[in-house]
Amino acid sequence: MTRSWLGRLVLQLVLPVALVALWWQTSENSTSFFYPPLSSIVEKLQEDWLFEQVGSDLMPSLGRFTVGYLIAAAAGIALGTLIGLAPRVRRAGQPVIEFLRSIPPPLLLPFVLVVVGIGNASKITLIAVGSVWPVLLNTIDGVRGVDPQMLDMARSFGVGRRTQITRVILPAASPKIAVGMRTSLSVALILMVISEMQASTNGLGFKVLSAQRSFDSAGTYAGVIVIGVVGLVVNLGFLVAEGWIMRWHRGARGLLEDTDRRPARGLRTRLRDLATAPPADARAGETTGVM
Amino acid sequence: MTSGARDRVESVALPVVGVAVVLAAFEIAPRVGVLPRSSFPPFSEIFATLTDLVTTAALWEAVLDTLDAWARALVIATVIAVPLGLAIGSNQVGALLSRLTIDFLRPIPSVALIPILVLIYGTRPSLKVALGIFGATFPLLFQAMYGVADVDPVAKDTARAFGMGWWTRLRRIVLPSCAPYLATGLRISASVALILVVTGEYIVGVPGLGAEVLVAYSSGAFDRMYALIVVAGVLGLVVNLGFHAVERRVLAWHPSHRVDEGGAG
Repeated sequence: MTRSWLGRLVLQLVLPVALVALWWQTSENSTSFFYPPLSSIVEKLQEDWLFEQVGSDLMPSLGRFTVGYLIAAAAGIALGTLIGLAPRVRRAGQPVIEFLRSIPPPLLLPFVLVVVGIGNASKITLIAVGSVWPVLLNTIDGVRGVDPQMLDMARSFGVGRRTQITRVILPAASPKIAVGMRTSLSVALILMVISEMQASTNGLGFKVLSAQRSFDSAGTYAGVIVIGVVGLVVNLGFLVAEGWIMRWHRGARGLLEDTDRRPARGLRTRLRDLATAPPADARAGETTGVM
Repeated sequence: MTSGARDRVESVALPVVGVAVVLAAFEIAPRVGVLPRSSFPPFSEIFATLTDLVTTAALWEAVLDTLDAWARALVIATVIAVPLGLAIGSNQVGALLSRLTIDFLRPIPSVALIPILVLIYGTRPSLKVALGIFGATFPLLFQAMYGVADVDPVAKDTARAFGMGWWTRLRRIVLPSCAPYLATGLRISASVALILVVTGEYIVGVPGLGAEVLVAYSSGAFDRMYALIVVAGVLGLVVNLGFHAVERRVLAWHPSHRVDEGGAG
């Protein structure tokens, strides 16, 4: 905490700026097909993605991503709560869940293609089925970890089962659920791209792969950059939403570090926190892998 | 004692029941038309294909191809990520300098790189290794960064006061204290690398388990396709459980593992 946050921000900007400058410089006169000049990539970026293909490709991608991800989150939380509350079901289901989540999610693509077909429904199914596991497992974990005293207390006050779930169990499990949802977000993005690389006629994955197939290397790089920016924006959006929804929780139980303890009020505060505080998923993300 | 005995019976019986129920569902669903019979054969047929498949050399060649690329990717990612993570994590300036770069690179869906990698490598195996490296580097990098930041400062200062050089400090203080973080990172990276290697094989057709699935899919051999997907799932499970077991064994001395009840992660 020795430097001002402005000083820290400047320090953080040095390396990215230097790297981009280096890329620009070394690629400027490149004639290599694999290493097109950054200037031509930027040109292609403007040509294709501002905003010609936004409506035709970016939006369909984001739409499928959003629907698939929301289904995964809802199903994961609902199933996870049920399983977490029923120890027998959990023990019975564990081997099956462990196995299903060990299948590399992209290999579910041929399964949904033959069973669901090749339309939007199959892409959404792939995203939902593939990204449900982190939410599911973290919800089970979170529900199991609810302080038994709180439950006893609720029971002795005569709180009904449904209210217990919505007012005690889910709020107590929510930090874990949020971690799972963040992991699922990355998986869902990957599956969005993958699902468009086979049997698709639009979308980011389709565009970037067809640029590669027509040996348009600048276009390929441009598409990858767009996917990267989408990943970044979606992740930032999630963090902002999480910070807002969970603002009641930050520091409420004294579990968080100093930098996190002050409530994140607006977008600006939140972004500043992002720039100065350590990412929250240091050990938290460990229950399940992030691709 | 009776409740203990019942517990023991349940701990064996329940998982068996769970597996049986799911397998039965996959047997019945296609037969009654809940799943389309033409594209999802009953489980017994998939299982028969699977038992045939495991006796063929082609399967094991594909599995070896996959594991070979996986091991290379994991080793290279470790060599890159651990020293880098330790270096970045051990000083504030390093952490700040690299923060935005890492934060920008991490959310890039790794599979988005596939088209660029195809431009560079075509369908050579280097493609899947490179993809695996990209994916496997980040979990290890983060675990190393947080591990080194979590080293007890008193221990570090004490070591320095006793005149230990940086190499001795690294070996005697930093690495042992980071070990659980690194082990976790290694386990996550191992799973991620496997997923990405198989994905590269499936999307691009680089020889390996993923490419076998692709061939089975495009030739309409669905029972074979599902059998191969099961093999991939078993492989993923073995990698995950294997790293779990090694982790628990190697780190049995560490406080974070001594109280470990073995709750599944």
